[in-house]
Amino acid sequence: MTSGTPMLRVDGICVRYGDVAALRDVSLSIECGEVVALIGANGSGKTTLLQALHGVVVHTGTRTVAPSAKAQSMVFQRPFMLRLSVWHNLQLALWLAGIPAATRASRATEALQRAGLSELRYRQARALSSGQQQRLALVRAWATRPAVLFLDEPTASLDPSAKKEVEALLASFAADGMTLEMSTHNLGQAKRLATRVVYLDRGTIRADLPTDRFFGEHVDGDIELFLKGGLTTWEMH
Amino acid sequence: MSAFVESFRTAAALVLDGYPVLWRTVRLSLTVSLTVCLIAAGFGLAVGVWLAGARFPGRRALLLILNTLLALPSVVVGLVVYLLLSRSGPLGSMGILFTPSAMVIAQAILVLAVIAALSRQLIADSLRDGGDQLRSMGGRPLVCAALMLLHERWAVATILLPAFGRAVSEVGAVMIVGGNIDGVTRVITTTIALETSKGDLPLALVLGIVLLVVVGLINGAIGVAHRAQGKAMDFAR
Repeated sequence: MTSGTPMLRVDGICVRYGDVAALRDVSLSIECGEVVALIGANGSGKTTLLQALHGVVVHTGTRTVAPSAKAQSMVFQRPFMLRLSVWHNLQLALWLAGIPAATRASRATEALQRAGLSELRYRQARALSSGQQQRLALVRAWATRPAVLFLDEPTASLDPSAKKEVEALLASFAADGMTLEMSTHNLGQAKRLATRVVYLDRGTIRADLPTDRFFGEHVDGDIELFLKGGLTTWEMH
Repeated sequence: MSAFVESFRTAAALVLDGYPVLWRTVRLSLTVSLTVCLIAAGFGLAVGVWLAGARFPGRRALLLILNTLLALPSVVVGLVVYLLLSRSGPLGSMGILFTPSAMVIAQAILVLAVIAALSRQLIADSLRDGGDQLRSMGGRPLVCAALMLLHERWAVATILLPAFGRAVSEVGAVMIVGGNIDGVTRVITTTIALETSKGDLPLALVLGIVLLVVVGLINGAIGVAHRAQGKAMDFAR
């Protein structure tokens, strides 16, 4: 599939949690190879939109997935590791994804090399640092070769050096042509990694622009205020 | 006070002399209780996984019944199993009333409820933590629930301990369906009850101590394993 081909589309979706409308009539189309950053304040619906795109939350409206985009994976803000070794966590993820047994070992080895965790393969996954666990979570998802990888605030609770390592890994996935959808509060990160920015406010999409235009053009009042709160002058220009 | 001390002295002599009735009773108790635990663990953990992972109409009612079974009076179970296995009962043709097999059936019913209810709660809590991640990797609900048993294996061990404790210390049901026949179905608890009523306190006392030692040893083994795992995690950090 070439860049520019629609992989995933949601039309008029609404998600409610009890009396609260988390998403209201949201439509979005994701194309192959895009890196889309979902930004917005807390409670704006970023995570819910990711979950709706991934198809793991009950919603009204339609969700269309191209045959080439059936393989999807999601990495959560706080990675969940089974109380097993790094190696077994990778093996289990590959087994769950239906990867044939013959290729699991090579895939897991490749994933560990990519994350720089080869030396730690026999260590308990839960004994790794937060940054190492997030890198493991990323390559665990990557190893299953998803067409679309969803990332829910992948660097939210990491220190600057771990953030940098995770961002480098994400940039390498994007360079390989993987389609990435990520929610983030880090506008600098959205600017560095994303090809497109979707701004959400109270469950609706307020802006959907290529990254350079989103950060470079004059955007309406609320968005400008949001950006000023999250970006330094240097990052904005 | 002197009678109490004298009982202890005689109890010690029984142990040192290798009193055959004592060890025969202990052996039968342990054999029955371990068999019960194996059978109940197999079925109980499967029920726990199913109730934690599956969603179906009537599940809540089933959970309510299961939680109620936690407080199931053992004499009621004994009575029901007695009626089922008695000559005129539906399973009377099996001819196993007043045998260790009947005791295993009665105790397994009691212990199964404990294992199923506690393991279901344990798995449900773990799924709240990591269920979304496992489902995102392609895991089906029951597979995810079963994986949580592996994830929480030490906690599962601490469920099996009280289950064994309930089996080995149970008296009502085994008295009814076993008949407390000397050399055939007389176990530690029924011997304690009988010998106490006869006024033979030393044998009752030594059996009580053996019971405590057995449960204490298993508890200690699980504690050691827990600490070993904790040390492994600390070392890995």
